[in-house]
Order: sequence, then C-alpha cells, then structure tokens
Amino acid sequence: MDWSALGLSLRLAMMTMLLLLPLAVLLARPLAWASFPGKGLIDALVTLPLLLPPTVLGFYLLGVFAPQGALGQGWLALTGRSLVFSFDGLLAASLLVNIPFAVQPVQRAFEAIPREAREAAWCCGLSPWQTLWRVELPLAWPGLASAMVLTFVHTLGEFGVVLMVGGNLDGATRTLSIAIYDRVQAFDDSGAARMSLLLVLIAFAAVGSLHFFTRKVGRRERA
Amino acid sequence: MIMNQAIPRLLRSLRILSIAIPLLVAVSPAPTLAADVSPNPPPHVAAASDLQFALPEIVTAFIRSGGVPLKLSFGSSGNFARQILQGAPFELFLAADERFVAQVIAAQRADGIGTHYATGRLALFLPQGSPIRADRELADLAAAVNDGRLKRLALANPEHAPYGRAAREVLEKRELWLALQDKLALGDNAAQAAQFAASGAAQAGLIPLSLALAPEMAKRGAFVTLPQDWHAPLRQTLVLVKGAGGTARAFAEFLRGPQAREILARNGFGLPAP
Repeated sequence: MDWSALGLSLRLAMMTMLLLLPLAVLLARPLAWASFPGKGLIDALVTLPLLLPPTVLGFYLLGVFAPQGALGQGWLALTGRSLVFSFDGLLAASLLVNIPFAVQPVQRAFEAIPREAREAAWCCGLSPWQTLWRVELPLAWPGLASAMVLTFVHTLGEFGVVLMVGGNLDGATRTLSIAIYDRVQAFDDSGAARMSLLLVLIAFAAVGSLHFFTRKVGRRERA
Repeated sequence: MIMNQAIPRLLRSLRILSIAIPLLVAVSPAPTLAADVSPNPPPHVAAASDLQFALPEIVTAFIRSGGVPLKLSFGSSGNFARQILQGAPFELFLAADERFVAQVIAAQRADGIGTHYATGRLALFLPQGSPIRADRELADLAAAVNDGRLKRLALANPEHAPYGRAAREVLEKRELWLALQDKLALGDNAAQAAQFAASGAAQAGLIPLSLALAPEMAKRGAFVTLPQDWHAPLRQTLVLVKGAGGTARAFAEFLRGPQAREILARNGFGLPAP
C-alpha cells in the first residue's frame, strides 16, 4: 500500500468535496427554479465535463495551467507556486471535472422541493437566507449528501486528467489510481491488488449510501 | 424474512461508513503536508522506465553511503522531457537516450550539459508458454509473423520511448516492421511493454535487457539479448534540471561512481569508460 498516495487521494477528494458543495448549491438553485436567457447553455456547460474524455480536459488544462498559460501565470504571480504538476493544479482540475457530479444531484433535489413550501416560508416572513437554511437545505439534504459522495468517490477514481495535469510525482501528484498504474508497471501485483481492493470497497460503500439517499428522496416524494 | 432485515441493516452500516470515512480523513493529519513545509524536501527524479529495478537499488546504496532519499518517477523519456518543458518540478532527468536530453537543453530548462553514464541493451522476451522460440537472429519470430503463431508483439511506443524507437529499428532491419503493423501492442513506456509481454498478453516483447534480467521478469519467461549494432545506441543520459538542489547534484555524481556502475552492470547496462 502506497500510504502517501492514499493520503494524497483522500486529501484531494475531501477538499474537492468541501469546496464544490457551496458552489453546487449556488449554481443548482437558479438552475432548478429560475428561468433566464442562457440557462440551457449553462446547463450544458455544467454537464460537459461528464461527457468529455479526460484526455481532452487534460490537454486544455495543461495549456491553461502552464507557467505561460492564462491561469498558470496568475497563480504563479499570486502564490509563487506552479499550477501544473502540483497539488494546487490537481485540485483545480478536480474541481472542474467534478462540477456535474456535485451540481446535478443538488439541482434534482432543489427541483423536488414544492414551490408552495418556499412560498409558505416567505409568507412567514423568512428572509431568503433563512429560507435557504431552514426550509430548502433541510429538504434538499439527500441530494447534497449524494453530491458529496459522488464527488468524493469520483475524485478518488479520476485517472486521465490527473496523469496529464499532475504527472506522477511521489507525494505531490501520485494519487491512489495513478499509484496502481505505477505498481502494475513495476511488477508489484500485490501492491496494486491491495490498493485496488481498497478502491472497490470505497466505491461499494458509496453505492450503498447513494441508494440510501435516493430512497430518502423517493419516500418523501410519495408522501 | 432474514433478507428483509439484512438489507436495511447493511444499508445502515454503509451509511455509517460513508460518513465515517470522510470524517476520518478530516481529522487525520496529512503526512505529506509536513513534507511540503520541511526546508529540504526530497528532490523528484524523472527516470526512464528501464531503470525500474536498477535505480531503487542505486538509491539504497546512495543512502547507505550517507545520501538522503529521493522521490522517483518512472515513465517514458519523451513524456518526461515534455513535462519538464511544461514546468514539472523534476530536479534530475535520467533519459534512455540523448535526444530528449537535448530537447531539455535546447529549451533552456537544463542546468549544465547531459552526461552519458550507461548504455541500454534491447532483449527479445518470450513469456512462459509462448509458441515462439528464442533466437538471437529473430528467425523464429519472423516465421511466427508469417504462420500466425504471433498474435501480438509488445514494444514501447516508438514516438516517445527510446526503447520503442530501438525496437522499431531492429524490426525494420529484419524487414518485419511492415508485416507487424497490425500486431503491435504499444506500451506507454518500456516497463509497460515488458508488463504486456510478461503477462502473456503478447507472445513476445522487445524490451530493455535491464528489465528482462529482473527476477520479476525472469520467472515469467525467457529472453535473448539482441545484437547491439542493430539499432542506434541507447545512451542513457542524465541532466540536471534548472533549480536542482544539492541532493540531486550529489546523486548525479553518485550515478557515475563505482557503486552505481557495479549495480548498472549487474542490471545489464553497458558502461562508458570512467
């Protein structure tokens, strides 16, 4: 078991999940309820990372993240650190790749909240902020939880983008899925097997919890 | 009846897991963080994958003689050259030929000139149960291409892996390259090609001698070393990357020393005059 790869993967997954969740709520609410020009386009953009081959994303990100690239230059000036082949870059790529996994379940959950519930909240004199905290989020939580699980597990499993943008740097960008690839090439089958089994178990736990959260939503819709 | 109770119980335990795992991560200290802030983090070394077995041994010898650990990444020389040009934080580049080192130097990413420290050899590897016989002249391989015994031949991608380029030169010399076009299994680097061959997924592989000699490969098949003059020499060349620190410099020096030379020779590398 490559412990530094495991630690790196878990740290990346955790940070991606926590950073994306507020963004997902921010994006998903207008997408669920409002209608405005360009909504279809935003909807499509949110889904796009799900459909693009990871190599396509990796190719573009490599260009943008490079020290002479648009984002890479700014980040270097701001922090003095490189965005390409670094944990920072990996996190940025991971945030982008996971947008659909975070936004879509949250969007579905908001769509399932009846309009009357929100109207009732306004009539009670709740501010939009209070409505969000005391009515919407408590109703939408299974969607939020699904989004967190999906983002977390998908980040652990991401391979193509990580390999292209991060390289294979021990302790910096060698995530668990890259370490498995690395171990196979080093003829260390037992190392690869242990790490693979761990990822299978995590994915299994994720499927189970997703099942649980969707049933929660389903039950409420029937009620 | 039992099933009816078992499923919700399973789901409940899974739910606990799904909450517990992220929580555990959140509270557990990240060991890599500590390494990031230490004054002299171990330097990253980009190494051609023919060094997969020899280099860890050399690093061990380096540490035993007072050196500090280095972080190794193995891959194809072409990929590493590209990553270094794009700003990857490697301090030392160990390429399997001179061409990719020249690229790094031309892009002004190198610190100093490249040094030829060893020479790679190519081997024909045949996994256990392969229908092809091992011979130095590749006569049976040529026959197997024609009579259909050979389904797949593994080699590294000639576009960016020096051993792949050497393998291609050998096959062109034996006039087999064109006939083999639809039978090639291209590895991303030489170690992956060796992996293809060792697993038996390919009936033969043209791989680095340094990998064929490793115990992990030896127990999975047989090999013959190919004549050196069938391809352009695989001059293993090292170069320091701009910004390289003391550890990387010391290790580059160590690689040319007697201990490293002994390990390289034992792993099938030819050595230039000291």
